[in-house]
Amino acid sequence: MSEHIEELHVGGTAGTFAKVWIALLVMTGIEVLLAYEQVPTLIMLTALLGLSIIKAALIVAYFMHLKFEKLSLFLTLFPMLIFCIVLMLIFLGDATRIPHMRPGL
Amino acid sequence: MSSQSSVAPSLWEGGGSPYATNSKKFGMWLFIISDSLTFSAMLFAYTYSRVTNPDWPKPFDFSPAIIFATVMTFCLLSSSLTMVMAVHAMNHGDRKATVRWILATMVGGAAFVVLHLSEWMKLINVEGVTPFKNPWGVPLFGGTFFALTGLHMTHVICGLIYLTIVATGIARGRFKAEDVEVSGLYWHFVDLVWMFIFPLVYLMSARVG
Repeated sequence: MSEHIEELHVGGTAGTFAKVWIALLVMTGIEVLLAYEQVPTLIMLTALLGLSIIKAALIVAYFMHLKFEKLSLFLTLFPMLIFCIVLMLIFLGDATRIPHMRPGL
Repeated sequence: MSSQSSVAPSLWEGGGSPYATNSKKFGMWLFIISDSLTFSAMLFAYTYSRVTNPDWPKPFDFSPAIIFATVMTFCLLSSSLTMVMAVHAMNHGDRKATVRWILATMVGGAAFVVLHLSEWMKLINVEGVTPFKNPWGVPLFGGTFFALTGLHMTHVICGLIYLTIVATGIARGRFKAEDVEVSGLYWHFVDLVWMFIFPLVYLMSARVG
């Protein structure tokens, strides 16, 4: 049984990891370029968050081996995490209204 | 795999581990998930403070502050690559190479901490930023910035201590491949958190020219 588990966990080669690393560096480079070009805030935020989520997914899938684990591990951990993070957005609408409610602004 | 499962005892009779993983690794995953929520909460605290204050400061000049932070990101990303190589080497039973790769990882992590601390020192001593006041107006900037980056730096320092213990153990012939893999999970998580702090805190507050 232990041999069987060990076999499951050896995933990816040095070449794959190097490719993932290069992809992460390129995406970081694009992010820094966006900051240099002073892209409008909303487009900038969307692009940065999009790239960050892709980078996080690459790290989790390849570096943290989740791509090579059983699907049940992913299903136990991640839907709950994403749901809880999305829940934290609940008051964002109120937060954006606060500046307009201040007298004199 | 399917040919083996027909021979192995049924999952429903407790014949298999539901995640096909050992308990150390599953424990680390649970810690990582709960720690992600802590960091998410802090990033949301930063975001909410920023959204409610339209005059939020943009204290990071593209040169040198953003370039400095980019170098820090490079150190952390590269240390993740060397960590994955350490896990890879240990899976192949090469203890010497594992120790070397872990040491390389620690160099990357230590470089990150040194650069980050020098950036903090510049903000505190030259610009006069503290958790309670700063020269640009909104006092919450200092509080959220130091709390968020400070918690992350604490994680990196804990990771360096953790890796020292693992590397020493491996060199002395203790620990198994799974122990290196579990320490790797922690290290990649620290890298992953920085992938959100760097764009949201630094790049969104970049000042060019």
